[in-house]
Amino acid sequence: MAVLVIADNDNATVRDGTHKTVTAALRISSDVDVLVAGQGARAAAEAAAKISGVRKVLLAESDALSQGLAEAFEAVVVPLAANYEAILTPATSQGKNFSPRIAAKLDGAQVSDIVEVVDANTFVRPIYAGNALETVQSTDAKKVITVRPTAFKAAEEGGSAAIETIDAGAAPAKTRFVDQQIVKSERPELTAAKIVVSGGRAMGSAEEFQRVIEPLADKLGAAVGASRAAVDAGYAPNDYQVGQTGKVVAPELYVAIGISGAIQHLAGMKDSKIIVAINKDPDAPIFQVADYGLVADYKTAVPELMDELAKAGK
Amino acid sequence: MKVLVPVKRVIDYNVKPRVKPDNTGVDLANVKMSMNPFCEIAVEEAVRLKEKGVATEVVAVSIGPAQAQETLRTALAMGADRAILVQTADDLEPLAVAKALKAVVAEENPNLVLMGKQAIDGDNNATGQMLAALLDWPQAAFASKVEVSGDKASVTREVDGGLQTIEVALPAIITADLRLNEPRYASLPNIMKAKKKPLDTKELSAYGVDTAPRLKVLKVTEPPKRGGGIKVETAADLVMKLKNEAGVL
Repeated sequence: MAVLVIADNDNATVRDGTHKTVTAALRISSDVDVLVAGQGARAAAEAAAKISGVRKVLLAESDALSQGLAEAFEAVVVPLAANYEAILTPATSQGKNFSPRIAAKLDGAQVSDIVEVVDANTFVRPIYAGNALETVQSTDAKKVITVRPTAFKAAEEGGSAAIETIDAGAAPAKTRFVDQQIVKSERPELTAAKIVVSGGRAMGSAEEFQRVIEPLADKLGAAVGASRAAVDAGYAPNDYQVGQTGKVVAPELYVAIGISGAIQHLAGMKDSKIIVAINKDPDAPIFQVADYGLVADYKTAVPELMDELAKAGK
Repeated sequence: MKVLVPVKRVIDYNVKPRVKPDNTGVDLANVKMSMNPFCEIAVEEAVRLKEKGVATEVVAVSIGPAQAQETLRTALAMGADRAILVQTADDLEPLAVAKALKAVVAEENPNLVLMGKQAIDGDNNATGQMLAALLDWPQAAFASKVEVSGDKASVTREVDGGLQTIEVALPAIITADLRLNEPRYASLPNIMKAKKKPLDTKELSAYGVDTAPRLKVLKVTEPPKRGGGIKVETAADLVMKLKNEAGVL
């Protein structure tokens, strides 16, 4: 039976997590449809149609879908469920918001945040902040699954699936969108970036965080991350947070500056290919996971690093 | 306005979990257990709503083992008025917990259910959204700010890339994110007072809800360890290694 992937999209295009979720979906069934839910989202649907392996793209449009309201996703997805054995969503904030609602409506468990598809019913997922991996077998007829995008390779482009417009369902009666403040950035998206530069509590202030971390990130073409301590202290905005309770990243290169390496931070970045840590405390736990550790005060080490990168042609 | 706050007893935030040698789960024997941190935030927010005169009663509920009484006493010491333990020895999945909570909601008729976004053991981030679905109530998940006025709540939510504000009609489910507040420590007099607050215990079986597991746990393993790294002496050394050895520049 076919499976449905709910795209992570911004109306103009589909984000990388969608391609990665398609890869996970193809491990369950060769018939993969993608739902693009938004408003004025035909361009995103066209982008989804180009993902290799996609059979069909369903396009549902309403303001409430574009606003990401969970009740709106329930109204669109639940009637579609009869056609699918599994419904997969990238484990973004938005996916985590609506997916369990859909699972409960279908009287199913949700298999949350999977990092591996063993077979069509068996999945591996991290528990206890990634300190353990659980292999679970679902007994539900309809499986509702969220997928940790960093654990899967992105499906390639090259498809040409048909796009079918479907009913957007009723607008939520009891939930009203008021407004949103989305930070616009020229930098790559944190969870999709090839390089991430993160700052910790050692920065001491928001000004220092911006002065030290951001130029280094820009030099490397990197996304900016932060530890929970730095976010809680107000040095960096909440959507920079890397960790168990923030974003999970797995870039080619992760540079941790002034980050001690609390368990909850390590849970969010330990699957990075190469980890660099700069910290003046030689006993900081971050050094236990770092491939390259530099025991130094960031105040001197980061300017030196900037110079050396410039010399290396960066 | 009555606020219901579900809380969960979990491994303490500061304890490093260890996988059992037989790969059946995580070893919780003789491990410090505490209230799930996100549940603490939810209790704090409910108590603040009461202190502001918005809420009239805060009821804490836990679906769990007899020891979850301690977790409920913590909620009472933080300022909840009374507590309900729905006792079960089984380790329930989020869907089962949501079904049990639905039954408690039917008895208690709260105007608001305020709960943590996720428990730090199962890391599912699902129970609140599932409860909202089962009740057909609006949901506001991952709240960083809550304002209740009349029969509505305005909730600022942490979303991908920033913040979103939505308005939900009560009754509703709100799940707490990290930055909603900083929970208070219960003072000694309040801990003493909490011992006298009402705590009802009921058996889960009395509610007659289907709590059968849907997921069979085949094994629990340790994640692969990262190989030991090296220390570099200088920034120049670091850049050279990243370029020539790791090939990531």
